[in-house]
Amino acid sequence: MNDLRDLYQEVILDHNKRPRNFRIISQPTHKADGINPLCGDQVSVYLDIREGVIKDIAFQGAGCAISSASASLMTELLKGKDVNEVEYLFNSFHSVVTTDCDCPKGLGKLSVLAGIRDYPSRIKCATLAWHAMRAALERS
Amino acid sequence: MHSMREIPTMPPTRNYELDLAHIRTQFPILCREVYGNSLVYLDNAASMQKPLKVIKAISDCYSNYYSNIHRGVHLLSTLSTAAYERARKIVQLFINASSMQEIIFTSGTTESINLVASSLGGSTVKAGDEVVITGMEHHSNIVPWQVLCERTGAVLRVVPFNYRGELIIHEYERLLESGRVKLVAFVHTSNALGTINPVKILVEIAHARDIPVLVDGAQAIAHSAVDVRELDCDFYAFSGHKIYGPSGVGVLYGKRALLEAMPPYQVGGDMIKIVTFEKTQYAELPNKFEAGTPNIAGVIGLGVALEWLQNIGIEIIKAHEQTLLEYTTDQLSRVPGLNILGTACEKAPLVAFTMKGIHPHDIGTILDREGIAIRAGHQCAQPTMERYGVPAMARVSFAIYNRHEEIDALVKTLFKIKELFK
Ligand SMILES: Cc1ncc(COP(=O)(O)O)c(C=O)c1O
Repeated sequence: MNDLRDLYQEVILDHNKRPRNFRIISQPTHKADGINPLCGDQVSVYLDIREGVIKDIAFQGAGCAISSASASLMTELLKGKDVNEVEYLFNSFHSVVTTDCDCPKGLGKLSVLAGIRDYPSRIKCATLAWHAMRAALERS
Repeated sequence: MHSMREIPTMPPTRNYELDLAHIRTQFPILCREVYGNSLVYLDNAASMQKPLKVIKAISDCYSNYYSNIHRGVHLLSTLSTAAYERARKIVQLFINASSMQEIIFTSGTTESINLVASSLGGSTVKAGDEVVITGMEHHSNIVPWQVLCERTGAVLRVVPFNYRGELIIHEYERLLESGRVKLVAFVHTSNALGTINPVKILVEIAHARDIPVLVDGAQAIAHSAVDVRELDCDFYAFSGHKIYGPSGVGVLYGKRALLEAMPPYQVGGDMIKIVTFEKTQYAELPNKFEAGTPNIAGVIGLGVALEWLQNIGIEIIKAHEQTLLEYTTDQLSRVPGLNILGTACEKAPLVAFTMKGIHPHDIGTILDREGIAIRAGHQCAQPTMERYGVPAMARVSFAIYNRHEEIDALVKTLFKIKELFK
């Protein structure tokens, strides 16, 4: 059970129970859905971007603790960020959850998800919302 | 305060003779550890583990007499052909088919269903006709019919089920009343809910209207006796890997008259009598439906798996597994916030459940770290999930080698999970 605490850290359990920015933005400038066909987990990401800045970001959907917490933490991190930073953050997060790298700077609390790298079958859960967010930006 | 966990549990009493320890030693994989814990394998509905007899039979085939079948003059081909056809005989007797010609080897249940959808469906279903399935089908008994309907302009009709997971028979009868139904296909045992459907009754109702019936037996074949003549179904499909045999091999049973009238499904070598560039004459049954080189060692392994199972006796297997099912149902009911989905009167040895506020994937991951393998997800039955308004379920499913101690380990960890997520 102990190594499970590395994955299911308090921050993750907390964001799972009380996800932040878990709502719909009624007139988003960008929106996309992500779906994990393996498990049926589904997330919609909404963004309100003005003058190159993410003014608001929110998500909706049903998923496991890892995907909910990851989505919730992502919205906290990205709110107020310049869209040009997003690609860097996406890549940083991706390497945190898939490789043994030291945590790159700038990810804040999201680094609690680093434990997922020991659970290969769950990495897709952690990256689902991020992929949806990137798809939303590309779709504009 | 007295915690639920501390209530001592009584192991179930057995009223059947079974040397479980001996059975377990026949499964090499059950000795392995997973993250430092003994493996507790509770994902048998997805695929079962293989006894040494089966593993050895496959190895023996490749080591000692392997060759292509039905085409060589040499000794190895004769031996391989004999072993392959012997497996067909075993399958025939196992499901009590009238003849070996009615046993078609396929790659699995999925291919067996596709064969019927494409061959019989493709030749008899026309625009405006209807195909009837049920709301509790595995995707592999939905999509082939959906594609058939799209291709032909036919309509797919779905029999609903009640909250316990039992088909609503009068709705089924009502759907068959249209006079346009050309085919009925339903699952013998639901992989998501465990429901055992009243096959014989459903077949009778369809036959009263001259409608042929396909039964998806993937989840039924390993858990209770299947007699296709008693059931009177027209087709019965199952997979080797869900009955202690290898993956990549399966069976389609079909009534001879129907199979004879059906066009081939795939065409090529091994399924022809005479080929000229003007015209090809197809081979007799069953070869007509076995184009190309089949999974020779797999078929032989399946035959050995069935013999192995018969040696234990399906009634003993059923008794043991039903004891496990009852015990599991009782024990899981003690976990607060746990909801069992599928509570039909007649159930196969599997239990699907959800836990309040905890996603099945998290349950599955945590159990896995304790060495307990379960299924977590939509179980390839998304319409069934929808019926219960859940995106996914956790599912434990049993085989002859499972023990009640393994269920205790499961329940203990479920309590820990509750604690972690509280
Ligand atoms: C009820 C049911 N039908 C069909 C299948 C498909 O079997 P296979 O993947 O062996 O073709 C399964 C397997 O999960 C099943 O449970």
